[in-house]
Amino acid sequence: MNKWWKSGAPWIWLHGGAVSISIIMVFGLLLLILVRGFSHFWPHPVAQITYTLPGSAPIEVIGELRRSETLTGQLMREAGAPIPEEQLFVTRHLFKLGNRDVTGRDFTYFIDDFMGEWRYPRDITVLERREWGDFLGQPVRLLENNRPLNLAADELWPEFRRRLERSTALVDDIRHIERNVIGRINHQLERVRLDRRRAELRDRLTPELEQQLIERREQLEAHYAELRHELDDLYAQSRRDTIVMRVAGGDEVDIRLDQIVKAWQPNAMSVFAKLGFYGKDFLDFIFGYPREANTEGGIFPAIFGTVVMVLVMSIIVTPFGVLAAIYLREYAKQGTLLKAIRISVYNLAGVPSIVFGVFGLGFFVYFLGGSIDRALFPEALPAPTFGTPGLFWASLTLALLTLPVVIVSTEEGLARIPSTIRQGSLALGATKSETLWKVVVPLATPAMMTGLILAIARAAGEVAPLMLVGVVKLAPTLPIDGNFPFLHLERKIMHLGFHIYDVGFQSPHAEAAEQLVYATALILVLLIVALNLTAIQIRNRLREKYRAEGD
Amino acid sequence: MPTLAKPEDEPVGSLLPSPQQREKLRRIRGFHDAFSKYGIATAGFGVIFALMLIFVYLFSEVIPLLKPVSMEVVGELAVPAGETPSPTVHLTLDRFEQIGGRYSANGAITFFDANDGHILSRQHVKLPDEAVVTAFGRSESRKSLFVYGFSDGSVMPLRVDYTQTFPDGVRVVTPELAFPLGEEPIRIGGGIEGDYSALAIVDGRGGYIIAGGTDQGEIAMALFRTRRNMFTREQQITRTDYHLPAIDHPVRQLFVNESLRNLFAIDDQGTLYNFDIVDGTNARLIEQIALVPEGVTTTAVDFLVGSRSLIVGGSDGSLAQWFLVRDEDSGESHMTRIRGFRPHQSAVRYIEPEYTRKGFLSGDENGTVALHYATSSVTLKTLQVADNPIRRIAISPINRLALVKREGAETIERLAIDNPHPQASFSALWGKVWYEGRAQPEFIWQSSSADDAFESKFSLVPLSVGTLKAALFAMLLAAPLAIMGAIYTAYFMSPGMRRIVKPSIELMEALPTVILGFLAGIWLAPFIENNLPILFVGLILLPLGVLLSSLGWYQLPERVRHLVPAGWEAALLIPVVIMLGWITISASPWIEVLWFDGSMRQWLTDVGITYDQRNALIVGLAMGFAVIPTIFSIAEDAVFNVPRHLTQGSLALGATPWQTVTGVVLLTASPGMFSAIMIGFGRAVGETMIVLMASGNSPIVNFSIFEGMRTLAANIAVELPETAVGSTHFRILFVSALVLLIFTFVLNTAAEIVRQRLRKRYASL
Repeated sequence: MNKWWKSGAPWIWLHGGAVSISIIMVFGLLLLILVRGFSHFWPHPVAQITYTLPGSAPIEVIGELRRSETLTGQLMREAGAPIPEEQLFVTRHLFKLGNRDVTGRDFTYFIDDFMGEWRYPRDITVLERREWGDFLGQPVRLLENNRPLNLAADELWPEFRRRLERSTALVDDIRHIERNVIGRINHQLERVRLDRRRAELRDRLTPELEQQLIERREQLEAHYAELRHELDDLYAQSRRDTIVMRVAGGDEVDIRLDQIVKAWQPNAMSVFAKLGFYGKDFLDFIFGYPREANTEGGIFPAIFGTVVMVLVMSIIVTPFGVLAAIYLREYAKQGTLLKAIRISVYNLAGVPSIVFGVFGLGFFVYFLGGSIDRALFPEALPAPTFGTPGLFWASLTLALLTLPVVIVSTEEGLARIPSTIRQGSLALGATKSETLWKVVVPLATPAMMTGLILAIARAAGEVAPLMLVGVVKLAPTLPIDGNFPFLHLERKIMHLGFHIYDVGFQSPHAEAAEQLVYATALILVLLIVALNLTAIQIRNRLREKYRAEGD
Repeated sequence: MPTLAKPEDEPVGSLLPSPQQREKLRRIRGFHDAFSKYGIATAGFGVIFALMLIFVYLFSEVIPLLKPVSMEVVGELAVPAGETPSPTVHLTLDRFEQIGGRYSANGAITFFDANDGHILSRQHVKLPDEAVVTAFGRSESRKSLFVYGFSDGSVMPLRVDYTQTFPDGVRVVTPELAFPLGEEPIRIGGGIEGDYSALAIVDGRGGYIIAGGTDQGEIAMALFRTRRNMFTREQQITRTDYHLPAIDHPVRQLFVNESLRNLFAIDDQGTLYNFDIVDGTNARLIEQIALVPEGVTTTAVDFLVGSRSLIVGGSDGSLAQWFLVRDEDSGESHMTRIRGFRPHQSAVRYIEPEYTRKGFLSGDENGTVALHYATSSVTLKTLQVADNPIRRIAISPINRLALVKREGAETIERLAIDNPHPQASFSALWGKVWYEGRAQPEFIWQSSSADDAFESKFSLVPLSVGTLKAALFAMLLAAPLAIMGAIYTAYFMSPGMRRIVKPSIELMEALPTVILGFLAGIWLAPFIENNLPILFVGLILLPLGVLLSSLGWYQLPERVRHLVPAGWEAALLIPVVIMLGWITISASPWIEVLWFDGSMRQWLTDVGITYDQRNALIVGLAMGFAVIPTIFSIAEDAVFNVPRHLTQGSLALGATPWQTVTGVVLLTASPGMFSAIMIGFGRAVGETMIVLMASGNSPIVNFSIFEGMRTLAANIAVELPETAVGSTHFRILFVSALVLLIFTFVLNTAAEIVRQRLRKRYASL
């Protein structure tokens, strides 16, 4: 024991413990996100239970188990649960009941002691609706134009699936017309208005031009009326079928099929069916549009916004970062001043990101954007075009934020290239620029790539500055679409990181949205971990390469 | 080699370009070289300039806060004379600074052009037969409500509305008289004897109050409640009259606050009588206070906007702010002197409050006008306008122009005022300030409210304290874990394991903080709240368990021990730590039952400790997690790069590995660790999302681990999108951004310099 103490082993082990704790924290966190994120898409079984609180009538509960926890009896007694004095611990289960419109409470805790047997009837159906969240219940019958259909019990579900497919197709058509076709018409109408206003401002509004504009507008409006008619027709068709569901407790509720996104009977599904469902659900999440204040549906606009923003940022940051690094390393006179500049540039990487956001909002949005609006888009004023937070300013702010990352990485790469290579090139008579562009820079490309990838990884995870310069809760349009000029730099965008913040903390149904946020976090983590691993791989390969060449 | 020899008469076969072509090529190459040189230099300078621009721009947005206030006479107008000359009792200015209003003692109201003085219109208050105006009173300037008192004992309340019309797209403002309580003069209080010596009108919560006082010390008031009929849109007015207890001295001024709870009467001695008028029929004198010292009288008193504070000017030139302060013991509010302002040289003659903030102008006997701001208790500017006494001052609702009428003068002076940010003084940002309605001076951050009369509270202290608090708790977790981990990884860990561990921990750095914040707020905060004991148990159990397992390991036979090579202790410990963690969590409810009556959270509340679900502890854990990799990475480099010959020398001399660490490695690498901690601290100070999501964002000043905080960075994220561009609030947020920038920049630069020195030292060792 004494020897053990004197050898310093306890200290070494304690230090080792710190490493273990850090490692467990990292992987525990990743595991937590993975498990919670991936389980979002799994069709969990739905239980049916009779719940009897002492002193009140038994109630029937249909719900999906979310989690269980064990608390002290005292805590539960204080919360008002009728737990006997002598009971020390209580287990309670959080159930997702759905049916937010019927009962008003879609998540409820139930105490284990008062629960009857857990049954899993095969016909319990989960309906994912366009509004009001999920619906849990048992199908009773189908209605067509409010008249019940005569169906045998085993025909009900297949027939329902067929009719649901039909109504989903109709709703998709409606969505397509509303989102794309009418969106384009609105865009063009706005263009007509702006053209007119611009001509007015420049005193070039001739009667012919005005006539032309009026014709254009009338054409568009006629087209719009036509579409409106078509839409009404589609809406009428989609409202044909209704399913009658029995909820826990026996009440019957009518649900129109066009209100249903998806329907499944989790208790009747085989593992393979569940896997298939899982895959489809995952894809729907990635490629779907959000619903219900972002708490339901997919996150496609957020992914798309993040990617577009990061791409625009890369286009800005790469040339400038690389050129600045080349300047600092190859051209600038090495001295105290340069050293100071270099330290300052490096240190900007440690400046809080929110400071860049403040700069972006004040300088880019209000100052630059305001000037651009006055000079180039006077017809749209007082509605700002670039004088408001948007994609371009978000990208520019992030470019500034990640410049130091690219500069540091590129400089490192340039410094790593053995001077013998440079001297060889110069000795053969190449000019400095030829040496630089044909020998040094190609060799340093992997370093630049590393820098760029690290910059992208940092930018994709950054949220605080974006809240100020262009990311919003819900953007009505994507930044790229079929309308000229296709890439709309002035539009506001959605962003994965902000989506997490917004849905997790600002949404009215935080509990219902929790799993969705985990899933979103998962996507973001996967994206960033993948980017970082790539950067690490490139860096390692680079080191090996130069080790070989430098010798 | 005969084939290589070329006949001399065939120069065309040469593969070399001709001299001209070579010259051309050389020029092109030279041009490329120069182009690349200057192009790169331009881009390099551009980037460096853009980065420097951040500093320059943030400064430029902050500078206006420091700009000195200016107030100067920019012209004078002839006093718009009446048909019958009559003294001025009041002066106003509209919000476009175009229309001045002069209220004469004979009941005439003359509106004139505030730029050149020509008369725009003149209106007359309807006087009762054979009566003359004996008194005049007004409410706060922003209500534009006035009351005339007549010699027959009746009063006439009226309001001036400025209506805007846009004929031909040009704005035209016309002042109009409106009579909210009817067009006929009304009597208040029934049987009051003698002329009014003071009148007050207020449009408060629950109706209008008109109060009058006489030289005999009588005070009467009438409460008018207006109600609009929902169907006929007809306005119904109900009135109630009250008599207040008389005072022994002549009433000089009367004030009723907007909450209609208090009436303040001031007599000719400078004594204030504070009446509680919540129950009008039983109005009660709460206290009687001398506003000025013996031998001095009050010469001008007025409410600041919001009618919470009185500014009291004395015959000795003194100026002081008074308001009601609630006494915690008796529950009663007492008039208290809060602060004084730079005194005038002679008696204060008039006080004119600003419209939407807590500033005011004061004019004195010698013709001096001074501009003050109450919250930051500063006198911003003093200006000698003339030699004769100031009679009335009018300031415009946007606080940029004032009109000054002197005693007996034929002209009105126009004062241009440039005073955009009086709220932001050094003492207001960093000192304790006694805000209206508070019991004592405090540090408060409360930037905005829906009400115009709101006193904005811009103390940066709660935010700075919050920032430091969050960073400190984060460092409490991160610094020991990261430094210890770094020492072990760099010095003891086997290379094979290090290759896995180092990138894994560095991967933590790349995790978006929004995810950490989300987990902390949604998952960790409720978990910790329900399982509070795990913290304390974990703090004891984890190190103890690690030590015990180390001891246990050394008791094993050597055969077993040699199965695992040295440097893999951390891997051995992973299952141990997981086990300990599991024990800690499952023991938590037992501990709560045994020692804390079943709920530690409740127990904390019972012993008087406030517990917020999202608190400094949660922020510390989450942010600690975020800064561990930063510290770890730099500290690990510092330890790893300690020259081998130093450690090997130490080991060769017989020191144990641990003695080598404490005696050699730590000493050499300590600057590196110091700089690692500084950089980690800098990161924790500026972190936004974690604090935003895991703390309650309440700007409180304390270091309690169980309460939340609001940091500078989170505050910017929350408030900057909402604030008006160029406002004081906007600029103060820029100040906090600048504070963050400079703080982290200095911290990082210091750390970088330390590191560079260390690198040099390693190279020379």
